[in-house]
Amino acid sequence: MSTAAAPVLDPDVVIEVEGLSKSFGGHRVVDNLTMRVRRGQIYGFLGPNGSGKTTTIRMLCGLLTPDAGRGTCLGMDILTESRTIREHVGYMTQRFSLYQDLSVRENLEFVARLYGVPQPEAAASAALQRLGLEGRGKQLAGALSGGWKQRLALGACILPGPDLLLLDEPTAGVDPQARREFWEQIHDLAAEGLTVLVSTHYMDEAERCHEIAYIAYGKLLAQGTVQSVIAAAGLTTVTVEVKGEAGQEAGRIARDLARDLSQRAGVDMVAPFGTALHISGRDGAALEAALAPFRSDERLAFRADAPTLEDVFIDLMRRSKDELR
Amino acid sequence: MSARAARGGFLTRVGAMIVKEFIQLRRDRVTFATMIMIPLLQLILFGYAINTTPRNLPTAVFTHENNEVSRAILAALRNTAFFAFVREVKSAEDAEHMIRSGEVLFFVEIPAGFERSLRRGETPQLLVAADATDPVGSANALAALAGVVNSALVRERFVDAPGSAAFEIVQHRRYNPAGTSQLNIVPGLLGTILTMTMLIFTALSVTREIERGTMESLLSMPIHPVEIMLGKITPYVLVGILQALLIMGAGMILFGVPLEGSAILLAVATLLFIVVNLSIGYTFSTLAQNQLQAVQMSFMFFLPSILLSGFMFPFSGMPLWAQWIGEGLPLTHYLRMVRGILLKGSGFSDLTTDAGALVVLMLVAMAIAVARFRQTLD
Repeated sequence: MSTAAAPVLDPDVVIEVEGLSKSFGGHRVVDNLTMRVRRGQIYGFLGPNGSGKTTTIRMLCGLLTPDAGRGTCLGMDILTESRTIREHVGYMTQRFSLYQDLSVRENLEFVARLYGVPQPEAAASAALQRLGLEGRGKQLAGALSGGWKQRLALGACILPGPDLLLLDEPTAGVDPQARREFWEQIHDLAAEGLTVLVSTHYMDEAERCHEIAYIAYGKLLAQGTVQSVIAAAGLTTVTVEVKGEAGQEAGRIARDLARDLSQRAGVDMVAPFGTALHISGRDGAALEAALAPFRSDERLAFRADAPTLEDVFIDLMRRSKDELR
Repeated sequence: MSARAARGGFLTRVGAMIVKEFIQLRRDRVTFATMIMIPLLQLILFGYAINTTPRNLPTAVFTHENNEVSRAILAALRNTAFFAFVREVKSAEDAEHMIRSGEVLFFVEIPAGFERSLRRGETPQLLVAADATDPVGSANALAALAGVVNSALVRERFVDAPGSAAFEIVQHRRYNPAGTSQLNIVPGLLGTILTMTMLIFTALSVTREIERGTMESLLSMPIHPVEIMLGKITPYVLVGILQALLIMGAGMILFGVPLEGSAILLAVATLLFIVVNLSIGYTFSTLAQNQLQAVQMSFMFFLPSILLSGFMFPFSGMPLWAQWIGEGLPLTHYLRMVRGILLKGSGFSDLTTDAGALVVLMLVAMAIAVARFRQTLD
């Protein structure tokens, strides 16, 4: 942050892009995106499906050519030096993209050879050990379970010793246990100095990142630490709980209240959580005014709450949608 | 509710499936086009191009004398439509070279003193040499020859009665004296089998990667398209060599196919042919969207290769336009080379044109493949 004067030359800045745009068939998938990632960071890339996360990652590693904009990745120009960038970047695609009909070991050796790792067999053995896949070296990659496939894909990515990891929704369809182990591994790698850009739509994963960026409709809507992104959104959140009623009746009351509230000015978001409602508004006073008539209802308990990252993102998405209209 | 959905609605689901398939088919233009094109092509090829009684077979003539009789014979030969005179040659050596290089299939020699002997009733000899590596092409023409010449001479009143043996035709079936089909078919099979397998193998290679999603990570790794192409082609070169050895071995053992020419020349020609087909297959794989399209493209190429290369039907018997298409197919050139080397003992100097054509086809295919290969996902 203190390096704004000479961003490109700063050795601590790994990704630095400005005004990146990309269209497919007249549809703008990434729109004027500017971002910066510092060395050793875990940078979470969040956004709904089709928001342009994958396209951005592909532009960073030279798989797609931006229509406009400029930038550097590891100090190299993403437009002219993408071939060199590839040698230092590990890219894990959204879909399992190792060879299903090769064994685990054969896949690792293939990658090792492509990157020119000396002694590919030894490198593959080391990777197998690190991954805890020693016993499965001969198994076909296609026969692995989802969690193991993901582990293998990450192992293949880090095998050549990249400086930057680009992970595109690495934990989609993976069980919580495997997800947790995966994130532990990511943190270990970051501690060793590796920079990681990881896209996800899990909010709990976002909170494991050092910094996050939220992208929707191809536009970067928020960037920074989780706390700063939440604070910058300026949301006021109130939780209302229905008390003293049977489950079904409580649910009905909550649903009616939600329907009523969502029509009112000052209420930007109403999300049910069981028999409680999570109500947010951009203008605190307006939200209070909207809630005032219900304050006297004895069945309802009001409590001031902190907005969650999810609240913030949904709000950001709606706002940008409104702006587009 | 789920029980009802599972039991009933069989036709509904089938109907939905049919509609879906039609929509997909309509969007998959290449599949649609080949579905129409293959029957159309077959119809056109079988209907017009294929001619089992060949016509206008290229012939060289060497006359030792120029007189009424020789002119009458030449005119009669021209009129049969079996033969087409490519050139009158000045020496037997010229004619030999033309027949060995495949420029002509027939060589007619009217010896000196033919007319005089004929008038004296001495039954002179007319020499006809035929390239019988392709027995179908030569047999009909040879059979017609005697009658044609005889009736011409009768008409011109050089000979008295039809049917009387006023002269003798000495036929030389070159290279395949017994007219054995296997001698022609084995070299042909060598070419067609190599075409088929080499095309399909490589045509699938790139599309398979794209379909399985492995292309994306392959492209994100530091590897050049040319490296990918070579890496994919090389293993199949070995497969091709193995196939060629098997076919040649079986041909020699089972059918007694001779190897008149140089084994090294044959190996070089075969290797060149394998690489040409792999390059074309690879080009298909960079053009196709999926594996099905790649296979269809291979068939689109394979079908004319079989029909128009001279494998199934005599090349010179086809109409000119079909011959032009044939000239653009690697199999045509390879067949000429391999038949020449195996059966005629042709040397390199006889085969330079066909070898050159193969090299050109290979370079064109490789250039398209490398240019078409997408280094990015754009």
